[in-house]
Amino acid sequence: MVVLGIESTAHTFGVGIVQDSEPLILADARTKYVPEKGGIHPREASLHFMSEGPSTILEAFRQVGITPDEVDAFSVALGPGLGPCLRVGATFARALSAYYGKPLVPVNHAVAHIEIGKVLTGAEDPLIVYLSGGNTIIAAYEAGRYRVFGETLDIALGNFIDTFVREVGLAPPYVVEGKHQLEICAESGKRFVDLPYVVKGQDVSFSGLLTAALKAYRSGKWGLPDICLSVREVAYSAIVEVAERGLSHTGKKEILLVGGVAASRVLRDKFEAMAKERGVSVYVVPPKYAVDNGVMIAWTGLLAFREGVTVKVEEARVNQRWRLDEVDIPWMSRGGGRDG
Amino acid sequence: MVKAVMHALGAEALLLRTTFLGIEVIAKVRVRKPYRSRELDEALRRRRTEVEAKIISQLRLAGVPVPAVLYVDPSDGLILLEYVEGPLLKELIKEDSLGRARKYVEALGRYVALMHGLGIAHGDLTTSNVIIFRDTPYIIDFGLSRFTTKMEDFGTDIHLFIRVLESAHFRFKEVLLRSFLKGYSSVAGRERSRELMDIVKEIRMRGRYVEERRKVGG
Repeated sequence: MVVLGIESTAHTFGVGIVQDSEPLILADARTKYVPEKGGIHPREASLHFMSEGPSTILEAFRQVGITPDEVDAFSVALGPGLGPCLRVGATFARALSAYYGKPLVPVNHAVAHIEIGKVLTGAEDPLIVYLSGGNTIIAAYEAGRYRVFGETLDIALGNFIDTFVREVGLAPPYVVEGKHQLEICAESGKRFVDLPYVVKGQDVSFSGLLTAALKAYRSGKWGLPDICLSVREVAYSAIVEVAERGLSHTGKKEILLVGGVAASRVLRDKFEAMAKERGVSVYVVPPKYAVDNGVMIAWTGLLAFREGVTVKVEEARVNQRWRLDEVDIPWMSRGGGRDG
Repeated sequence: MVKAVMHALGAEALLLRTTFLGIEVIAKVRVRKPYRSRELDEALRRRRTEVEAKIISQLRLAGVPVPAVLYVDPSDGLILLEYVEGPLLKELIKEDSLGRARKYVEALGRYVALMHGLGIAHGDLTTSNVIIFRDTPYIIDFGLSRFTTKMEDFGTDIHLFIRVLESAHFRFKEVLLRSFLKGYSSVAGRERSRELMDIVKEIRMRGRYVEERRKVGG
């Protein structure tokens, strides 16, 4: 079985083609919208997708050397994400599905991050820590769905650290050689600045920390590296703490880090220190697939398609706020995944 | 030498069962977390221990069922608490004990309202943090509790409780939430409860990708 997947929820237009036997990944084509300044402008990103989308899709087919007729189903991320961006991917997917008369499979972007993480790391039933620019979610599978045990009450971890480094003039670029500007700056920090550490039950909150950190910077009382160090310590520790609470609550024996921020070495070390104490294993998605990509959509589309999940072309609408815990995960009840 | 046995390993503390002045107690020890820098770790442990001990004592005096505080040492992150024995509320939320569970959840709603009336938010109000002892729901684990006057913090308590109903007890969410709110409004009054539920709605809508917000926002 061969499935094509299209990702276009934020800054990346990705097309992946996968199959249910080794090698799983047949094609991985991407194009990324890079803003000249500031953050993602949804309209600009969608225009980029419209102009680069067709060649990216063709590139994916070229990589495998098959024609669209040889695909069993088309899948697409219908949410969550930025409306204008999502609509471009959805339009391409609907057109492909209708034109070639192949089934269309709806995929939730968050579920896709989890599924590609599981299949590439071998984690089976982990506590999921999903950290990216737009998402901060602690989730675990229970009774048919990925249930959200904790999340941010305001801004996401990635959004928070990006905004902070931008406001203090360290970015863009946000990431240099795989390291976030916040971490690079923190390396020369020494003193600890007292900043608000907010954990509410299993949830975190970063908006107060952002305000306080910017205030500390503008006061001129501390050096920027000291503030960066403190921001990093407070924000990352809060995430690890809520994850630890999630483990304690769910009794899961594995932790899976997914999403763009999961690539951070410092964060990973903190997770490993916590996991070692609790006797659980930490799995981290390879960086290439931790960021947005089409392969994860294709793989999740394949899992869903095998369970008979499809959507009519005329009903395949995007949903900007499609929550992780609204999606049924039928393949998990049968032990799903590679051999499911 | 007094014998201490491991009672439970919480997310942030070690609970040991032992005796103190001949009384059965739980020793709650906030242990150092290897993933936090020493400075942050020490400050957090000390602050949380002090606040927790103060809050539990005040609640006990006000008649909210919580274990009595017998001894505190903030620099060691240690609190000795009266040993409260019984099933967790979480364990009673199932088909064959739903009637009892509803009764306890309603009583819990009353106690939470009383606690909020004292200007205290629990901070981690889940069904794992309620023990049924002497037919009464004892609230435990005030590790994340705080003195506050903000409706936001009280709303967060309710939000967390609803969230755990959704995640761990989703089949009984509706009936249990009704019982909880019935108890809560019997102490706090209808108007105050309604005001609070508006805040809860707001908190939920602030979260990313929330269904309600989608409906409101169109």
